[in-house]
Amino acid sequence: MQTRPVIIELNAINKSFQQAERQELLVLDNINFKLHEGEIVALLGKSGSGKSTLLRIIAGLIPASSGDVWYRERPVKGPVYGMAMVFQSFALLPWLTVLENVEIGLEALGVSREERRERALKTIDVIGLDGFETAYPKELSGGMRQRVGFARALVINPDVLLMDEPFSALDVLTADNLRSDLLDLWQEKKTDTKGIIFVTHNIEEAVFMADRIIIFDSNPGSIRADLVVNLEHPRNDQDIPYRKMVDEIYGLMLSLPQGKKQSYEQDLKLRRIDLAYRVPDVNVSELMGLIEMINSAEYQGRLGMAELAESLHLNVDDLFPLVELSEIFRFSQIIEGEVELTLAGKLFAEADILERKKIFARHLIKYIPFAKRIRWVLDERPGHHASRERFLAELEDFMSEAEARHTLKIIIEWGRYAEVFAYDDKTGLLSLENP
Amino acid sequence: MRDFRLKVFTEEQQRFAYPNFWDFLALSFILAVFVLIAWGAKQMALPYQVGERLPLSLSPHYLPQYALRTFLRMNIALLFSLLFTFIFASWAAKSRRAEQIIIPLIDVMQSLPVIGMLSIAIVGFIKLFPGSLLGPECAAIFAIFTAQVWNMALSFYQSLRTVPAELIEATQMFHLSAWQRFWRVEVPFAVPGLLWNMMMSMSASWFFLTVAESVTVSHQTITLPGLGSYIGLAILKADLHAVFYVILTMIVMILVYDQLFFRPLISWAEKFRVEQETTVTHSFSLLIFILKKTRLIPRIGVLWANITDRIINISIFRKTRNKENNFYKTKKNSHDYLWQAFIVFLLLSSLSILAWFIFTTLSLQQLLHVVFLGAITGLRVLVVLIVASIIWVPIGVWIGLRPKVAEFAQPIVQLLASFPANLLFPVVVLLIVRFNLNVQIWVTPLMLLGTQWYILFNVIAGASAIPKDLKLAIDNIGVRGSLWWRKFILPGIFPYYVTGAITAAGGAWNTSIVAEVASWGKTTLEATGLGAYITQYSRQGNFPFIVLGMSVMCFYVLLLNRLVWRKLYKLAINRYSLEG
Repeated sequence: MQTRPVIIELNAINKSFQQAERQELLVLDNINFKLHEGEIVALLGKSGSGKSTLLRIIAGLIPASSGDVWYRERPVKGPVYGMAMVFQSFALLPWLTVLENVEIGLEALGVSREERRERALKTIDVIGLDGFETAYPKELSGGMRQRVGFARALVINPDVLLMDEPFSALDVLTADNLRSDLLDLWQEKKTDTKGIIFVTHNIEEAVFMADRIIIFDSNPGSIRADLVVNLEHPRNDQDIPYRKMVDEIYGLMLSLPQGKKQSYEQDLKLRRIDLAYRVPDVNVSELMGLIEMINSAEYQGRLGMAELAESLHLNVDDLFPLVELSEIFRFSQIIEGEVELTLAGKLFAEADILERKKIFARHLIKYIPFAKRIRWVLDERPGHHASRERFLAELEDFMSEAEARHTLKIIIEWGRYAEVFAYDDKTGLLSLENP
Repeated sequence: MRDFRLKVFTEEQQRFAYPNFWDFLALSFILAVFVLIAWGAKQMALPYQVGERLPLSLSPHYLPQYALRTFLRMNIALLFSLLFTFIFASWAAKSRRAEQIIIPLIDVMQSLPVIGMLSIAIVGFIKLFPGSLLGPECAAIFAIFTAQVWNMALSFYQSLRTVPAELIEATQMFHLSAWQRFWRVEVPFAVPGLLWNMMMSMSASWFFLTVAESVTVSHQTITLPGLGSYIGLAILKADLHAVFYVILTMIVMILVYDQLFFRPLISWAEKFRVEQETTVTHSFSLLIFILKKTRLIPRIGVLWANITDRIINISIFRKTRNKENNFYKTKKNSHDYLWQAFIVFLLLSSLSILAWFIFTTLSLQQLLHVVFLGAITGLRVLVVLIVASIIWVPIGVWIGLRPKVAEFAQPIVQLLASFPANLLFPVVVLLIVRFNLNVQIWVTPLMLLGTQWYILFNVIAGASAIPKDLKLAIDNIGVRGSLWWRKFILPGIFPYYVTGAITAAGGAWNTSIVAEVASWGKTTLEATGLGAYITQYSRQGNFPFIVLGMSVMCFYVLLLNRLVWRKLYKLAINRYSLEG
């Protein structure tokens, strides 16, 4: 496979966004990668790993901060001819009919009206939208809309097809159906497309479709692993090699990057965080749901990640932060790719509402340093209150303004639940009084 | 081979499409419109010298003719408003530098009263077309234009700024040129908002018609034949019959305009709504009904589609294939500081010119006097807002919570909103004189007339936007009476109410120029206030006083916007918005 001609090549791509004056957030760190002819490549990662940003850099929609992108031995400096893109939210023009939406790319290329119509109708036929030519997108179901998205991209005979989480806005059955149809088109060579790159946070989807999976690390986004999937199409998600692959990827995504491995092993049972920790976006009821689920009679306090994802109907984007937080709170720990409740976790699961609050409050103060800090400040202050801005400023020493806001918002939510402190949104004051 | 499904007419079908009865109806209608427009246009360009008196009669026989001329003026103004909107609003949306100048400028212009603009513009137009009626006509059209354009431009600008990012990315990915993107993505996206604002603009231009059609230049008043000047004359002559006729004519015109113009547009604009659910509220339009029955017209439709296709895809605007694509707007401009310095310089110099002009011709006492007048008018605006809220919030809520009533009420409210305040002069003046009432207080209802509708419009919209589930839940837990008002409905409609109140306040300031001087026959009642001040000096054509009055009004409006309205608006968005 590696001897095939290279279509796209990325050299040392970095991308950072300006957050505020003199504050830059690095979202992509030294990305190198090649797309060869005949390959489907999946970019897989948690949210915030910059994978969608990378796709847009490849597409020429946004520039990289440094490094360069090459397409067929020419540098990419803007959208190039030969690439087409399918969007997560479909990005159809609601005022154009299906036919007109499909024609738009040809229109932009200056193709004559007659040829445009003919090619569009042919593509509509191939993609299975027959009979919907005069319909407007709002008359269609999500799956049909995304078919229009595919038709619009394929009608211009793209050399490379880029897809940004193309199936994530669809329900499970529709997504399955569309994935299979796309693979059929690809394998029967009904299009001139030579390569596909798609972004996903769905591990199963990546294993089902891709020839290669590139796994991303978050904060900043970087490539952790580049796996070749050697499974025959059509793939069956019940096959043992398929399941092994899925489990392997879960394992890879859960563990810390190679460089930090050593400390992680030492610290396995005592994962500590500091003031600079960017708390994951998880609310208390989600955490309780997770712990109750693991504690249920069916799983007996221990459960593999893949099963957990399936039984909670969560994708990695939502599951990983949840598991991470549960670990930080010492309610669970990860042993050999399985999540296991700690003693505190079991107590928490079996406690009543008030008891739970107490346990949560203890763990919050003990393991989330910034929550402890807030409580300490409020205890020390004569009036037992302090403004939100004050804590925000403290957090901004460690992170960007947006992240600080986000982190503080979540910690305040936890604190209010645990009744460790109170907060009044009108005045922006944190206090110890309980209304 | 598959075209039969696409409702695209094949050549064969086109050849055999004989015209039917409906075609003749539609064609004769269209031809009649063309003839009338041609006649009206000819009248506009007759030779004319300043000082000549244009004949104006109160006989109802002349009303159709006057109506036509007014109609033409309003439409030409609307056309220019659209042109202005397309050019300047899109420029502001695309270029950050243009934005820094255009948007504040529109903000200021919006707060300037129509009459003041007219007195300033007229001299130029008369110089531009010497010896022709076109000069005064252009001035009148310009005045109508200033009543229409600002909200349209702002709405278009807002729409362009909120085109979903993925749609823009898609157009870039598929290599649409800027021209193609404008017509295929940006304009369609903006159409629903723009159309709504066009309707508001038409109402506003009816409202200021009397002012716009009587142009004062070098101490002479030129009254152009039209409905506005007819109203003016009827008031001057205290002719109640004429007032009745003109009200009738106006109602007919507004209804016809709605049928022939706005309804077809609204039903056409339905497809541009981005909301994904299909809400079918088909408003009946006679024109569309007839057009759908015709045979020939759809062929013209195909022709039309071909023409627009050519225009949108015109090759000079297309990017050549070999041209190197570059990233959009990625270069950081090193001249930004220079540009900002330039803007500050521009601002300071125009302020100092204004100050110099005012202080060399006027004294400080006069300035303070005008500021005092502004405060009085401001007080009236406040009273108007409070009264309008007390009256219309409960009614609006009642209507808004009943979808059927709302559907029925909407067009009526719109009709009422276009009703010029002058037409109520006879009633107000006669009542004030008859009962010997205080002029200072009792002209205020005239201001109420134009502004209350904005509050009603928005309250209806807000009440109908409250989720049904929420209303049911509140009913279910037995919340009633004052608790229901305080905790449920008032917070629920608050964001809409604030939007309405902002527009109403802006409108009330503008209306003061019409409302603070009420006359009927020989009786002229003048209240103390900034509006009366501006009106008085506009009639005399006294330039420095007009400028002073307008600057002070502009200052008040902008100051209140910053200090009061913007804060309320933020509060409404942050705390009371029903969307997540």
